[in-house]
Amino acid sequence: MNVAVVKYNAGNIYSVIHALQRLGVNPILTDDPELLQKADKVLFPGQGEASNAMHYLREHGLDKVIKDLKNPILGICIGQQLMCRHSEEGDTDCLGIFDADVLRFVPQKHEDKVPHMGWNQLEGPKSELFKGFCEGEFVYFVHSFYVPVCENTIATTQYIKPFSAALHKDNFYATQFHPEKSGSVGERIIKNFLEL
Amino acid sequence: MLAKRIIPCLDVKDGQTVKGTNFVNLRQAGDPVELGRAYSEQGADELVFLDITASHEGRKTFTDMVQRVAAEVSIPFTVGGGISELKDVEKMLSAGADKVSINSAALRNPGLIDEITYNFGSQVCVVAIDARLDEKGWTCYLNGGRIPTDRGLFEWAHEANERGAGEILFTSMNHDGVKAGFANEALARLSEELTIPIIASGGAGCMEHFRDAFAVGHADAALAASVFHFGEIGIPELKEYLRAEKINVRL
Repeated sequence: MNVAVVKYNAGNIYSVIHALQRLGVNPILTDDPELLQKADKVLFPGQGEASNAMHYLREHGLDKVIKDLKNPILGICIGQQLMCRHSEEGDTDCLGIFDADVLRFVPQKHEDKVPHMGWNQLEGPKSELFKGFCEGEFVYFVHSFYVPVCENTIATTQYIKPFSAALHKDNFYATQFHPEKSGSVGERIIKNFLEL
Repeated sequence: MLAKRIIPCLDVKDGQTVKGTNFVNLRQAGDPVELGRAYSEQGADELVFLDITASHEGRKTFTDMVQRVAAEVSIPFTVGGGISELKDVEKMLSAGADKVSINSAALRNPGLIDEITYNFGSQVCVVAIDARLDEKGWTCYLNGGRIPTDRGLFEWAHEANERGAGEILFTSMNHDGVKAGFANEALARLSEELTIPIIASGGAGCMEHFRDAFAVGHADAALAASVFHFGEIGIPELKEYLRAEKINVRL
């Protein structure tokens, strides 16, 4: 299988590459539009700050390339946030694939620590991405911004309030959590994505 | 609901774990990568690898080990030991570590916390504090608990929090190795006063101690070494027990 990982200025891209390799897939890391368009599957991972990431994507023409992809693409963490309309982080206009705005977590009580970091549960998972999933499986999150529940939501998680743990629209999939760091549950999600 | 975390800690010297292990099915019992993977399969939520090597060659071996862990283990892991400046952090993160833990270097140069947070985000920066309680109160120590400082536990933890640390890993030197429970009173005060997660360390001897660290100490995570390495407590049983005690853990 021909799998591409979007090369840009976000951190933590190698953990996704390792996760794919553990599943026997050797992805290419590339910012070449043609290679991204030709791939069977594309992953758009990363950790970082929204305005810097969007600036880089625009400068390299990757914003349009990603928006116009017809093959299945999975955004992870900042990848999911960049696929939305706008982010409060750096007041950033994003790719606008999902019809939702990214907001900053506002703690309501002392226990509400930001970033939301650690293992939390998926509620109401519905999508091919979660084939074979039960209610309440744990996945690993690290984030200070979130996507509210919207019509593209395919799983929610409760932290301060329910938010979108994953999104889906047409060929675009995204998770706020890190499947590449979520043990065997995360491996199943990546495998399901590769089998779409 | 966000789960409480169980974190085995592995001391690594010249690329090998130093404490004995009771894992039977490992090809190499002393290989930290195999041990880390075994813990991950048992349900550990995160791993900590501490480099206790002094030599330059040993440090290189540790970096190679971090790369192997990143390739083979699918849960988050923190590395610590000998991280004294930003370029050490960069080296560990580019080798694939998710977080770094800094201890003496932060006490000597608190600005290192700001530098790490500015460059890589606060979630990367775990500030480890070794402290001992005596008649004067809780005092922070340097160099693995060998050198006392003039810093108190709570004021230093506050400063680390304000400078942007992502988590505090607090080891009570009074409790470490004694196996009589964690320092729950100090943990509860840290948890009450700070706005970041607290990892309890030092004192685990039985499953009830973990429950108390969460229920009484309000810790977000509990770290232990020997009770796991010597097989005295298995992670699956510990998590079943905690779940029965109404502590939310990942099963």
